[in-house]
Amino acid sequence: MEEGKPINVGDENFDSEVLKSGVPVLVDFWAEWCGPCRMAGPVLEKIAQVYGGRLKVCELNVDEARQTAIKYGVMSIPTLNIYKDGQVVDQIVGVTPAYEADIKKKIEPYLK
Amino acid sequence: MNNVTYDVIIIGGGAAGLTAGIYTSREGLNTVLLERWLCGGLTAETTLVENYPGFPEGVNGRDLTEKFKEQAQKFGTQIIEYSGVTKVEPLEKKVRIKTDSEEYYTRSLIIASGSVPKKLNVPGEDEFYGKGVSYCATCDGPLYRDKDVAVIGCGDSGLQEGESLLTYVRSATFIEFLPHMNAEEILQQRLQKSEKTNFLLNHMLTSINGDTKVNSIAIKNRQTNEEKKLEVSGIFIYVGFLPNSKFLEGVVELDDLGHIVTNEEMKTSVPGIYAAGDVRSKRVRQIDTACGEGTIAAISVRNYIKELI
Repeated sequence: MEEGKPINVGDENFDSEVLKSGVPVLVDFWAEWCGPCRMAGPVLEKIAQVYGGRLKVCELNVDEARQTAIKYGVMSIPTLNIYKDGQVVDQIVGVTPAYEADIKKKIEPYLK
Repeated sequence: MNNVTYDVIIIGGGAAGLTAGIYTSREGLNTVLLERWLCGGLTAETTLVENYPGFPEGVNGRDLTEKFKEQAQKFGTQIIEYSGVTKVEPLEKKVRIKTDSEEYYTRSLIIASGSVPKKLNVPGEDEFYGKGVSYCATCDGPLYRDKDVAVIGCGDSGLQEGESLLTYVRSATFIEFLPHMNAEEILQQRLQKSEKTNFLLNHMLTSINGDTKVNSIAIKNRQTNEEKKLEVSGIFIYVGFLPNSKFLEGVVELDDLGHIVTNEEMKTSVPGIYAAGDVRSKRVRQIDTACGEGTIAAISVRNYIKELI
């Protein structure tokens, strides 16, 4: 089972950790310079804890993993992408007022 | 959920709220500050603050508000983040405040809930949000390296944040609805000198277009009615702000745009309730005026509580 904490991913392990994951993956695209991204951090830790092994939560620093950020057309941060079987199936851009609830609503359908 | 009645509750952890907290806690008033997300407010989204006294080289907005927060906490303000207020109910000599999960009682209240960027409501704005449309240059600027972008609005925010984009982008076209710019003279001069900038005054944005992401915008010259297409990958919108005051409708007097009406002591229409910062009905919205109003509100609260006891 995955540990209940977000995992750091980058250009080199995006394929193995995200695209080839056996469970759905929530990827947070963020950067040091972005204030609102810091609001997302604690919420994602909570999500990682709540869903344990059913969902993988990853954090991708767009400064370090620029290729992946470009590949997925990330133009605002924070952006949360949900991946299932190697495909982006849903997305949340920006921090919404009911962030935690909104994230849960988006990921529930992909967790059988 | 608890039976404590606080002396002061402050709603909002931006410049106004945090300053109020510094003053009320130094007065020995039992102070709680409720912030719906993380402290910092709009100041924290400003890349470089150049007009706040004491920082001749400028200061990063987030760094500045971190200091405000530290200072409020040092003197005893209890800050609770991720705690959005949903209801304010004035009772006999106290106020009941509800968040999603808690209920609080306080003798006095300072509302410093701030404002959020206004949308333009043009076709494509919602559709391309996060796909080229942004309201935060600080957050997204570096994702537009070597791209052409447009900045809508030539007020202080538009020029200040537009300037921060110039480090990354290939070009920035600034578009202003009015025939003149409404920003600090020094900003206008600096930006006009840059080779990367272009200014279209008396123009309005009519649509934002693209496929999976933005590739152009349509603008119209308001004098000649001539329309043209501008190829850009990004569009940063700075056309003003809306007050965070929905939860106050029917509680305190609001003006036509939803700002809280106060007197010069920051007193609202309800005894014991004060307001400070961007949410207040006024002309000037700057970080240091927000701080000043937080100070006045805090001192008014002190006087109010003295009379109450």
